[in-house]
Amino acid sequence: MKCAVIQFPGSNCDVDALKAIEETTSQPVDLVWHTARDLSSYDLIVVPGGFSYGDYLRAGAIAKFAPAMKEVEKAAADGRFVLGICNGFQVLTESGLLEGALRRNDSLQFRCEMTELVVANHHTAFTRHYAVGERIVIPIAHGEGNYYADEQTLKKLKKHGQIVFRYAKEHNPNGSVDDIAGIVNERGNVLGMMPHPERAIHSRLGSADGRRLFTSILEVWGETHAAIQS
Amino acid sequence: MPQSSPSQHVALASARTVKEEKIYRTFGLTDAEYEHIVELLGREPNYVEAGIFSVMWSEHCSYKSSRKVLRRFPTRGPQVLQGPGENAGIVDIGDGMAVAFKIESHNHPTAIEPYQGAATGVGGIIRDVFTMGARPIALLNSLRFGELDDAHTRYLFAESVAGIGGYGNCIGIPTVGGEVVFDNRYQHNPLVNAMCVGLMTHEEIATGSASGVGNPVLIVGTRTGRDGIHGATFASAEDPHAKERSAVQVGDPFMEKLLLEACLELIATGKVVGIQDMGAAGLTSSSAEMASRAGSGLTIDVTLVPCRETEMNSYEIMLSESQERMLVVMQQGEEDLAKQIFEKWDLQATVIGRVTTDGMLRVLEKGIVAAEIPVSALVDEAPVLDRLALRPAYLDELDENGPLFVESEDFAEQLYALLARPTIASKEWVYDQYDSMVRTETFVRPGSDAAVVGIPGTQKAIAIVTDGNGRHVYLDPYTGGVRAVAEAARNIVCSGAQPLAVTDCLNYGNPEKPEIFYQLERSADGLSVACEAFKTPVISGNVSLYNESHGVDIYPTPVIGMVGLLEDRDQLITSDWKADGDEIYVLGDLERAQKAGLGGSEYLFVKQPEQALHYRLPEFDLKAEVALQACMLSLAKQGLVQSAHDVSDGGLLVALAESAIAGNLGANIHLDAVSGVERSLQYREVLSLMFGEGVGLIVITAKVGMTEALERAARAHEVPIRRIGNVSVSPVVRVSILDRLYIHAPIERLQVAWRGAIASWMRR
Repeated sequence: MKCAVIQFPGSNCDVDALKAIEETTSQPVDLVWHTARDLSSYDLIVVPGGFSYGDYLRAGAIAKFAPAMKEVEKAAADGRFVLGICNGFQVLTESGLLEGALRRNDSLQFRCEMTELVVANHHTAFTRHYAVGERIVIPIAHGEGNYYADEQTLKKLKKHGQIVFRYAKEHNPNGSVDDIAGIVNERGNVLGMMPHPERAIHSRLGSADGRRLFTSILEVWGETHAAIQS
Repeated sequence: MPQSSPSQHVALASARTVKEEKIYRTFGLTDAEYEHIVELLGREPNYVEAGIFSVMWSEHCSYKSSRKVLRRFPTRGPQVLQGPGENAGIVDIGDGMAVAFKIESHNHPTAIEPYQGAATGVGGIIRDVFTMGARPIALLNSLRFGELDDAHTRYLFAESVAGIGGYGNCIGIPTVGGEVVFDNRYQHNPLVNAMCVGLMTHEEIATGSASGVGNPVLIVGTRTGRDGIHGATFASAEDPHAKERSAVQVGDPFMEKLLLEACLELIATGKVVGIQDMGAAGLTSSSAEMASRAGSGLTIDVTLVPCRETEMNSYEIMLSESQERMLVVMQQGEEDLAKQIFEKWDLQATVIGRVTTDGMLRVLEKGIVAAEIPVSALVDEAPVLDRLALRPAYLDELDENGPLFVESEDFAEQLYALLARPTIASKEWVYDQYDSMVRTETFVRPGSDAAVVGIPGTQKAIAIVTDGNGRHVYLDPYTGGVRAVAEAARNIVCSGAQPLAVTDCLNYGNPEKPEIFYQLERSADGLSVACEAFKTPVISGNVSLYNESHGVDIYPTPVIGMVGLLEDRDQLITSDWKADGDEIYVLGDLERAQKAGLGGSEYLFVKQPEQALHYRLPEFDLKAEVALQACMLSLAKQGLVQSAHDVSDGGLLVALAESAIAGNLGANIHLDAVSGVERSLQYREVLSLMFGEGVGLIVITAKVGMTEALERAARAHEVPIRRIGNVSVSPVVRVSILDRLYIHAPIERLQVAWRGAIASWMRR
């Protein structure tokens, strides 16, 4: 599985994502500059956390115009895997690859803490190593993670099982509608989530619950890859 | 670029006005300083030159009041790769790796415009560290505000925290620790001290030296604007509130992130001769300091400096404190390399001058010499003052014996009240606003004794702490200074790490008052002696004077930033209790703790806020403290310890409560027979033992069966050790002496008091 982590000038979780993928999957990972114009050889593209272009206008609003994002759109359309974490989730909603939007936290403050998530759907390429209803601990670190979607969109998300992670009841850290922490697109190959799985891969970092997200992707990729070859 | 020639005479037209209208006074220069400048130049300085002298000779840049005091600090050691005098100090951590670190104040700007003041404080200290070639890996902050019952204080506090978070979060450097203290002495003069730690290999060390005749001088980063002109002089003025807000700079963390990456990429090419951050006094101090270190001169053409505003003159360009800029000297012919790298990061790198041999800082504007000053006159000839020091009368009026309290039955209520004091209470409200985990090497997040950050690719980690107690230094400047270093080092050893070196931020009041200067001198003596004792030389630092407002000086507040090395990350120790049944011990002299009294304690400030400053600080036994810390380290290395927590603000009970809360475990504790004689203690002794802060103590826990090994190690270091109880799964902390139960505190009550305090103030 060939992986790419996109680097915008203000990305700051790019190296963390690279280390996490290497450590959990032993697969090759490249950091690719935001001006890259051909990412067709990658099976997984990560849009990492950070402040892509300073986020002065609106988180992720400028990043969607980056040349590399055209490649991300192609990857999504091809059925390859796209994972947007934190700022990456914001970029994916701004680009229209995922539904809804991320507003300022209801506290109006940046929040960095361990959060308890509930796995809402384990039938995705990103979550098959979790159990549905399982509680996992993954940290957040964001100022604009308050997920919003209108009634109609919410209905659609629920109907297609697109809600993948929810914050545990009573522990919603940012005011997200329906406690939503992460969603996939209808096809299931694009995941956006505010919590940082790449920060939860060792007990010494407070949790290792993020590892299985990366191992899930690798396993699904392995199966489809084997199917194509046979 | 135009070269100056002797025929081009210095523009003297404005010199007469500078003198006759005494314009230099408005720049902060005294008449005597002006006369000295005339002597050094052999002529009257013009407007630009007077401006350059005024910032270079300001307290902020010249350290004229403190320079002699700073010479007392020990600065050498086998681990020191770079001592004071550079942008940051550097220590060796083995295997060809090194850490660079420094702490710096941004107090005055914060008092005026807290968000930007605090944010640019963070930005400045980050630049100081990556200028050395190090990649910043951790930030800490030491903050002081008034009490939270005041709306303006809550505004200053909330905005400062937001500013610190806004900068650090965006740039992607974790804020891993620090401290916040609330006391009305800081009400109108808050303190914001920011510390940054960076990681590098020995080969990557860069310095701020402008050598090599003809080498190009580049300005890199953002364009220069009119912001922050005279920020350095303003930071040295008595009452910043009287000054204009325009002297506060505005930060752009995204720009700094680009600058950081571009500079590290540039330094890695090996073609950089010298590099220096533009902080206080901008282009003026960076160029003068770089030339001074190399014994060279610089010619700069301000017409070439990219400006963000039109019609900026040489005075404005030389004195601008626009953020996110650096001065770089490249090897000749490598200008394009710098331009290429900076272009990739959408930044500018512009040649604005050359290194010369004549020892002059020469400023050209449209081909005319706008200023021409010997670098040595700016740097070496800067005034060094012999300030008068007088022992303040209050020190001789302090009461030796603590106050007599009426016996109170309810110790638990007193403990809850202490835990709810914002200075002691959980700082979650603060640090949850900071990204403390980015870079995924943070093993111990804020809220513990010391923050611990891993060194990637190795088993090593570093422990980092900032510590300072202004009240203690006020009550006894010398002992307070000793204690500041001792507490910082104690925090480091409690994590299992070996203290390496110190960076200090010396925050004091108006040095022109002899009593204030006495506080500075005596506390510096205490700091020096302690730094010698713990073998932690001072490798960098900063002095902030004139911290007074409305005639009130702050407490003398030296803040110690300390870094320690943990060779094996698996030997890391944290302060939370681990398991039911673990045995609780106190390392250190409990017998003394019972006699030392309550002087300087937070307990006194809760019970008698009016009289709290009338009682003496207990004596401090430095020799015993050194032994205590050596013992703690040896226990850690032998793996005998499950948890360790140092006793500081609030005393022994608070330390026990904090470990209980962190581990979510209770305890049964018996403080009997501390004095060795089975007798009931006097009330005064009970208070001293439970709430006193006079004696260095460490609470440790160990698995059952370790007593003999622990006692053997303690004996070897001549450190008293006493088993005081057990960790218990039952969620209650019980503390008794003989048959009297003093405390019966459910963990939930402790939690509510400790965790909710600051948040509930901030909801008002």
